[in-house]
Amino acid sequence: MAKRVAIVGSGQTNHMGSRPDVTGVELIHEAVAKALESAGLTRDDIDGVVIGNMDHFEGINGVELWSIDGNGGFMKPTIKLTTGGTTGSTLAIGGYHLVASGHFDRLLVIGWEKNSESDTTGAITTAFDPVWDRMVFAGAISGLALEATAYSQKYGVTGKDAARVVVRDRGNAVKNPHAHVRKEITVEEVLRSPMISDPLHFWDMCPRTDGACAVIFASEDVAEKISPKPAWVWATANRHLYSMAGDVEFGSLRSLELAAAEVYQKTGIKEPLKEIDVMELYTPYSYAGLSWIEALGLARPGEGAKLLWDGATDMGGELPINPSGGVISTNPIGATGLIRAAECALQISGQAGERQVPDVKVALSTGFGGCYWSDILMYGAKKP
Amino acid sequence: MAQKNPNLITLSSGEAFQPFRYSVGLYGSRFFAELKDNKRLMGVRCPGCRRVHVPPRPVCGPCYKRMEEWVEVGPLGTIATFTILRFAFIDPETGQKKPVPYGYGLIRLDGADTNFQHFLELPKDGKVAIGMRVRPVFEESRRGNLRDIKHFEIIED
Ligand SMILES: [Zn+2]
Repeated sequence: MAKRVAIVGSGQTNHMGSRPDVTGVELIHEAVAKALESAGLTRDDIDGVVIGNMDHFEGINGVELWSIDGNGGFMKPTIKLTTGGTTGSTLAIGGYHLVASGHFDRLLVIGWEKNSESDTTGAITTAFDPVWDRMVFAGAISGLALEATAYSQKYGVTGKDAARVVVRDRGNAVKNPHAHVRKEITVEEVLRSPMISDPLHFWDMCPRTDGACAVIFASEDVAEKISPKPAWVWATANRHLYSMAGDVEFGSLRSLELAAAEVYQKTGIKEPLKEIDVMELYTPYSYAGLSWIEALGLARPGEGAKLLWDGATDMGGELPINPSGGVISTNPIGATGLIRAAECALQISGQAGERQVPDVKVALSTGFGGCYWSDILMYGAKKP
Repeated sequence: MAQKNPNLITLSSGEAFQPFRYSVGLYGSRFFAELKDNKRLMGVRCPGCRRVHVPPRPVCGPCYKRMEEWVEVGPLGTIATFTILRFAFIDPETGQKKPVPYGYGLIRLDGADTNFQHFLELPKDGKVAIGMRVRPVFEESRRGNLRDIKHFEIIED
């Protein structure tokens, strides 16, 4: 029988477009030190370290050995996990499983990225098939543009609808001291920004960020001794579809639909909009904030925009989404999915400061990446 | 701002050159030989789901079955989705900035059940839409790779 697992602490760096004041190792240490402090633990209390970033972004392949000074893993079991855009959420799911296995009681999980140090679009392109995909592919932006074209034509969704997602997330980011872009924006400003890959404007897309996030997962044997309000992990699910972009069915995110069905089944959730109190979604561009909440069962296909315009996903709405400001405001890629987990845990513990949603009992986070792959974690205030 | 601090030093990686040699496999090799010698586009049909996969590959991922039935597809097709790239980025194939703008699309070749990625020639009136019919424009002298097709052009159909 697997052990129950909770998040008992987390730390984030000051995420910025460029952090030349620190090396990658120092950036990692910044997040780790804050996470240990938040849990009242020292490095000696930690049984193991799991770390990941987007492979080859920084041109440093052995991240677990290179960063050992900063990650705290000296003479401890240290494991690297790297799955592209999903790296951060894979780290969270992997961390959960390693603790649930009973082999670790207090596991330090770290995601990081210094996007300012490389050409991220060129690097993402090399994650795609060298024979069939790379010739035309232009990284995440072009792939997401294909999806936006398909989704908007299928349901008659407009750029204005998509911009509403950016307005919400950027508005929320103002209250998050960790957010990279902290400035409100209007629908008109999004639509007036330069077109970079039709139909996506510059402000439809997430930024490139330097940042790190560390999260401490603890087993049920120690979690309540460490934290008065641990965030229990209720369920995880992930789905990988194809590896070639031409195989993907565009217009909806099937991997997320299947992963959502699994976590709802595992946790007995029937009406996610009513039963879940907050979501931190890995939505790296505007249209995803409409289409992917449909995949999560919050609205029927093509009706995500209505939910947005009604304000249901705003702070104070029925189900606030991305109180942190989301990926559209902050995107240190290898950390991005793990930040979603850290933010959900803060919400459940009541430690989310100005971005706190009142009385959070159930939270959900997602990760996205690869070739339209999806990860989900669900958390609760109650022990599962 | 930290960026403007003259005391902070950064190090550049230098003019790196790191060539790779990728196998295209037996199936890819047959596809490119047909393209080069006969201007024919080939796919393979799965014995399980009956779907025709282009580009051809030995195993159907969803069914995990071996595929051996070769099928000619196209050359005409339909735009499944597309974008027009307007920002320049470093092309990892060449190390140079990619010329922009360029159109590219996922094309459902007639007889295929997956999409084929390639450049789309942008029409003069700028009108591109899902569902438009396209045909490949071949290079005169072909070398057995994806660039033997210059691009797909939109046709009246
Ligand atoms: Zn099949």
